[in-house]
Amino acid sequence: MAKPGPITLWKRFLSLPIDSRGKTLVVAFLVSVICAVLVTGATVILRPIQQANRAAEQQMRLEALLSAIPGMSEVLDEAGGGALTTVVVNLKKVAASDVAPEDLPAALESAENWTQLTPEQDLASIGNRPDLVQVFFLRDGDDISLAVLPIYGVGHGGMIEAMIALRGDMNTIAGLTVTNQTETPGLGGRIEEPAWQASFSGKRLDDDSGAMRFSVARGHSTSEFEVDGITGATRTSNAIQRIVRFWMGADGFGPLRDAIRRREF
Amino acid sequence: MAASPRLWTTLTEPLIRQNPITLQILGICSALAVTTALDTALTMAASLTVVLVLSAGIISMIRKMIPGTIRLIVQITIVASLVIVIDQILQAYFFDISRRLSVFVSLITTNCLVLGRTESFARNNPPLASMVDALGNGLGYSLILVVIGALREVLGRGKLFGFEVLPTVDQGGWFTPFNLMLLAPSAFFMLGGLVWAVRSALPEQAEPIEHTPPEVEEPSR
Repeated sequence: MAKPGPITLWKRFLSLPIDSRGKTLVVAFLVSVICAVLVTGATVILRPIQQANRAAEQQMRLEALLSAIPGMSEVLDEAGGGALTTVVVNLKKVAASDVAPEDLPAALESAENWTQLTPEQDLASIGNRPDLVQVFFLRDGDDISLAVLPIYGVGHGGMIEAMIALRGDMNTIAGLTVTNQTETPGLGGRIEEPAWQASFSGKRLDDDSGAMRFSVARGHSTSEFEVDGITGATRTSNAIQRIVRFWMGADGFGPLRDAIRRREF
Repeated sequence: MAASPRLWTTLTEPLIRQNPITLQILGICSALAVTTALDTALTMAASLTVVLVLSAGIISMIRKMIPGTIRLIVQITIVASLVIVIDQILQAYFFDISRRLSVFVSLITTNCLVLGRTESFARNNPPLASMVDALGNGLGYSLILVVIGALREVLGRGKLFGFEVLPTVDQGGWFTPFNLMLLAPSAFFMLGGLVWAVRSALPEQAEPIEHTPPEVEEPSR
């Protein structure tokens, strides 16, 4: 007798009683396969568009951050479009790296370009810190008058990504912008509001002895080291404080800030 | 077309009389979270309605094939896949709004409303009726979201769709924004108010008292 064709098999499958074990297994398998194909297809096909969206968003935020800093738009206009230089720095060697910005994602796929953080070091809850980071410098003659540094860490609802701009003394915050966050809308999500981000401008990170003093206040800020907290979003406010402290501290950009102050860049 | 009056009732019944939010109190967590502004409320309402209609259609089409033992997990798998696809589409084409909705689109999967309709209606009815029922429920949910979203945006920010309708004090107007409206509790108040209003207008919706407090005799003195 010839082997039954696929159509016969299918008919035989359909005629199985609905609660039989065979039918249960086949239905479960078919549903999972079809759903998996659907989800994978949507993710793969739409990924390029989503990445372009994210890149455009980051560029827009960078420009918005710069234009929000008092006096910055004039400086940029004077110096033309190329005023801001993009540099990949190696945080381990505290020096400019020879990796080009467009090769950075590939370089970061290798584990040797990451530093494992101990739980005590890991204020921003990120586990591993990349050694290579893309930063932006604005130069005034030979001196760096502004540095824009990317920072990120885990907040209340997920990863918070931001960019912080420091003035030439590497201590005064010129501005901060949140580029990506998934905090609770209406509460922690308010870290996206320009009004709140504007309160960072002019705040200082370290006191005169060099100790880190920056904090997010509970309620209104009372000193030049504090920004206002967000009501109803204590965890998000604390996360911002931890992220800024980590990245500005010794395990983040701290050595880089010192090197810039010593004019090594 | 003998069936159309029945379909029409299936569609209109969940709008007010059988509204999933105000009568059945289903799916309120998202209703609270995304209604701080009208445009997020609308996007969420549209996403939920699309997911609801599609999942009801698919589940109703294969309803005779789903073994009873694994029916819930099959339904959830289908709903979750649809939700991921919708979320990806939003991230690709409505990037800005999808950022503000954040996790709540993915949480449509766990919205009791979706599973409630597929389990109670789509599983036992032909595709057309199921989809009409899903659409009616989706519209009922949307109606409440839009009402709450509009009220919260107007009272909390003095704006509607991002355009100014009440000139706020900051802009030199007279309206002081009611900040509480942007916080979660205000959505509870509004939802409570709506339920009260609907049940006052349609007294048959009021539930009977489940427990009567025991009568304790006052000690006589």
